[in-house]
Amino acid sequence: MIKTENLCYTYQAGTPFERCALRDVNLEIPDGSLTAIIGHTGSGKSTLIQHFNALIKPTSGRILIDGTDINADAANVKLARRTVGLVFQYPEHQLFEETVYRDIAFGPRNMGLFEEETDRRVRDAAALVGLDEKYFNRSPFELSGGQKRRAAIAGVLAMKPKALILDEPTAGLDPKGRDDILSIIKRLHEQYSDMIIIFVSHSMEDVAKTAENVIVMNDGRVEAEGSAERIFSQGENLRKIGLDVPQITMLTDALRKAGFTLPDNIYTVSGAADAIARFLGGGGGV
Amino acid sequence: MFKDIIIGKYVPGDSPLHRLNPTVKLIFTILYVAALFMADSPISYMIFSLYTLTLILVSGVPIKVILKGIRPMLWIFIFTAVLNVFMTPGEELWSVAVFSFSLKITKEGVTAGAVMTIRLLYLIIGTSLLTLTTSPLQLTDGIEKLLSPLNKIKVPSHEIAMMMTIAIRFIPTLAEETDKLMKAQTARGADFETGNIIKRAKAMLPLLIPLLISAFRRADELAEAMEARCYTGGKKRTRMKESRFTGLDGAACVIFFLACALLAAAEYWI
Repeated sequence: MIKTENLCYTYQAGTPFERCALRDVNLEIPDGSLTAIIGHTGSGKSTLIQHFNALIKPTSGRILIDGTDINADAANVKLARRTVGLVFQYPEHQLFEETVYRDIAFGPRNMGLFEEETDRRVRDAAALVGLDEKYFNRSPFELSGGQKRRAAIAGVLAMKPKALILDEPTAGLDPKGRDDILSIIKRLHEQYSDMIIIFVSHSMEDVAKTAENVIVMNDGRVEAEGSAERIFSQGENLRKIGLDVPQITMLTDALRKAGFTLPDNIYTVSGAADAIARFLGGGGGV
Repeated sequence: MFKDIIIGKYVPGDSPLHRLNPTVKLIFTILYVAALFMADSPISYMIFSLYTLTLILVSGVPIKVILKGIRPMLWIFIFTAVLNVFMTPGEELWSVAVFSFSLKITKEGVTAGAVMTIRLLYLIIGTSLLTLTTSPLQLTDGIEKLLSPLNKIKVPSHEIAMMMTIAIRFIPTLAEETDKLMKAQTARGADFETGNIIKRAKAMLPLLIPLLISAFRRADELAEAMEARCYTGGKKRTRMKESRFTGLDGAACVIFFLACALLAAAEYWI
């Protein structure tokens, strides 16, 4: 479980450029959960997730992973970096090795694992992200955009983190690449029942399709948290802070205004299809 | 650490130093550096200290900013000073035998070390002041004007100026990018902080390759964006703000040449 206690972070404290990026964040993210963090640019999402593996030290407050304060000493910091895998925005920009295989193996080798264990992890990670082994001996720079990103995600997965955090994993991808990445996230969630998965996103569609829980950030604070269903049923609150609901929720809202009797917590296409079919007297199903 | 580098950063302001004609500023900076390396009497360095301090105060750039910018260069200063102190032959002050090799500190060495350190320090402060108070656009203007006599022998002064400006402009961007990459590779277990020099140099490889690739990508994008806006360098481009030689520049010239005269006097008569 990842837990934050009164987490605050100020950029460039003590200078005229002082800027509060996080204010009093209290969160509890249980094992095995799939959480999305949403919020507009500058709301503190990226700052928050960099705290989870001790890349940034909080100005005040604590981050606990399974009850251990990750910033208590150097050993804990090291441990946090291993237990929490962080995939940055545009992770394909950090690829550097001669071959795809060696790039994925970079993390495990830094952990000081034996070659056989490294090899097993590289193959497992590649399989998880759906990267064919025939690419192993190619240069990472020969891959397509989507494949590069998958290779980069595999590089973090090969470290077998207990928690996987992805910063805007679908940014800059085409619809197909986007669906691929989202289905990898879902597959991981199904396959590893106690892995914590957190992803940051701007796309309400992605969040609605994938996440179970949603954390809404605004101006460094946690504005709301709860199940995707609950968050998206409060469209007004989301719009107030410059966010939106998924398009399918907009559609059902409009239909409701036009006289359809539909529940107000629809956020997936299949859910909407069922509800509309029920209203029209059909049996449901798409 | 990379964010503190001030070379190439511009601090907007309205001080006399900001308003000075960029060509004049460039010439003064070049002369300043030349004088710095010719001077060798203590009084000259006092004049330099006074002159540099006055410039900083007039520029309105916070001293904190300048000090912070010098910090990353600290090891270069130390290296230069130590090398000079031990390697200059002359009157021995103190010596120690290390195996069969004897390390000597000489009187000349101490002087040379101090002089070189001061020169480097003022070199960085003086040139930083130029970029801190001159916007990249003005700087190109200045460089171009300075090089324009060379047009006659087919030196593409406009293109050279443009290239220099772009290079300067991207130093902070690359520094930020390095910071970001460092974090990403740290998250993959890379360690940049511990180990000996060779180990640390090897640890830089995961930074250098992506950094180089992104620099090429940026260059490509920039070139395309410029072409999309029909940019062609060279002939007869006009500027929105033509820089003129004003009364302020005249006053600056008088002050600068007075300082030079004072320096010459200090060098030859004292």
